[in-house]
Amino acid sequence: MKRLRNISLSLLAVIAFTSLIEAAEIAPGERRSGASFMSVETQAMQNDATANPGMLGVLDGEVLWTRKPAAGRACADCHGDASSMRGVAVRYPAFDDKLNRPVDLEQRVNLCRVDHQQLPPLADESRDLLALTALIGRQSQGMPIETGADSRLQAFIDKGRDAFMRRQGQLNLACTNCHDDNWDKRLAGSAITQAHPTGYPVYRLEWQGLGSLKRRLRNCMIGVRTQPYSADAPEMVELELYLMSRARGMASETPAVRP
Amino acid sequence: MAESDRTTRRQFLATAGGAALGAVSLVHVGPVHATPDTMKAAIRDIVNGAAVRPGKVKLDVPPLVENGNTVPLTVTVTSPMSDADHVVSIHIFNEKNPQPNVGNFYISPRAGRAQIAMRIRLADTQTLTAIAKLSDGSFWSATADVVVTLAACTEEAT
Amino acid sequence: MASALINVPATARRGDIIEIKTLMSHIMETGFRHTVTGEAIPRNIITNFTCRYNGDEVFRADLFPAFSANPFISFFTVATESGKFEFQWIGDNGFQETASASITVT
Repeated sequence: MKRLRNISLSLLAVIAFTSLIEAAEIAPGERRSGASFMSVETQAMQNDATANPGMLGVLDGEVLWTRKPAAGRACADCHGDASSMRGVAVRYPAFDDKLNRPVDLEQRVNLCRVDHQQLPPLADESRDLLALTALIGRQSQGMPIETGADSRLQAFIDKGRDAFMRRQGQLNLACTNCHDDNWDKRLAGSAITQAHPTGYPVYRLEWQGLGSLKRRLRNCMIGVRTQPYSADAPEMVELELYLMSRARGMASETPAVRP
Repeated sequence: MAESDRTTRRQFLATAGGAALGAVSLVHVGPVHATPDTMKAAIRDIVNGAAVRPGKVKLDVPPLVENGNTVPLTVTVTSPMSDADHVVSIHIFNEKNPQPNVGNFYISPRAGRAQIAMRIRLADTQTLTAIAKLSDGSFWSATADVVVTLAACTEEAT
Repeated sequence: MASALINVPATARRGDIIEIKTLMSHIMETGFRHTVTGEAIPRNIITNFTCRYNGDEVFRADLFPAFSANPFISFFTVATESGKFEFQWIGDNGFQETASASITVT
């Protein structure tokens, strides 16, 4: 185990060295979902809704959707059937008029709880928050991602892009060094993907459960030995926003399965 | 560097990773695991001294798995599944997980087809064995070698 | 209550061999892991799964810690008559869940 980790570290070092040549962004026609890098077995697990373990989260979400809080209304009391959420998740992160900044889907769910349901916000990565975002995301499965169409988001997308391009951490790597420049290569046993967040929350085999894009980004940050953003950091939402806008037009896969 | 120093350092790194995540970080502590010998013993418990012949059983598992936490596995036994000639049970074993047993499955002619699928954990690269017991009391087996790769960037900063 | 995802064909012809797929949400904690402070995390797994078809057992499994979290099991059975499939998962710490699905056989 330790030996493999060392191999992966030395590969990272190779990337850090070879990518001194400047990064090139991926042409729209060359964009590929992370699913296309997976084994046929893992793809089959995602594509079969009767065997996709992420569907357990969607089922949990259906229960929560109609559950009436002590005071206030259930999600379904305002929104009706969860199918009314079709097309919503593929627009997030979205601009919030009141806060005058972008919020991601998890934050939107929690704003709804506090403002309209008299409920406390759900904890980051909690089972219930993942279940609700999986349910909402599932309604848009197959639809093209539209995030970033709102012009008020542009300044935030630019900040997220800057973060994506900026070298950081002890390994001095930017996201772009792996995910724009080396997505056709491997890091130890793993494919380096193009980092399109097309299926969050995803059921990750590594996690043995559902997790958000924020959790995945924190994994990456730990990988390059930098200090991960906290869940509510504006930088986190900006990075999510850039990644989603970078994936515009790609089909949503929520709940996706990833290794 | 002394062994104890190394242990301390690795524990420190694991703790640091956990703190950075704000979550409980888990470390695997060895060396409790199955061996080819304990697997043989587990198989003896099932077959009770009977001969196990290779054949009739097909073990489908990816030769190279992307993550050992969730490995899809299908076992198919060639059998007419009639009242007179059918599969009674299917047993799956591994060499290097903490325990040699993976699962025991009991079927009958009502299955129609002797095929089961599941998802399992494999701690390391190893050989899997599937054994089927037929209605005549005979045992048949298949083996499959699986290479388990590790994710490059994980939450455990070890 | 834990979620279960069950897939049984709604209809089948008598004599058809049908596939049944089951997913049960469960952590499947192996009992072989420790926290960073060295405390053992106790085993918490599903140990048994049973499927009954109109009351008769048609499939049974013993599960070990080598089963993945959220155990997935699929198997086959012959559609004999209309009725009900009943599924039961039993595990550590008194875990017990049931689910059912009906089938119309023509």
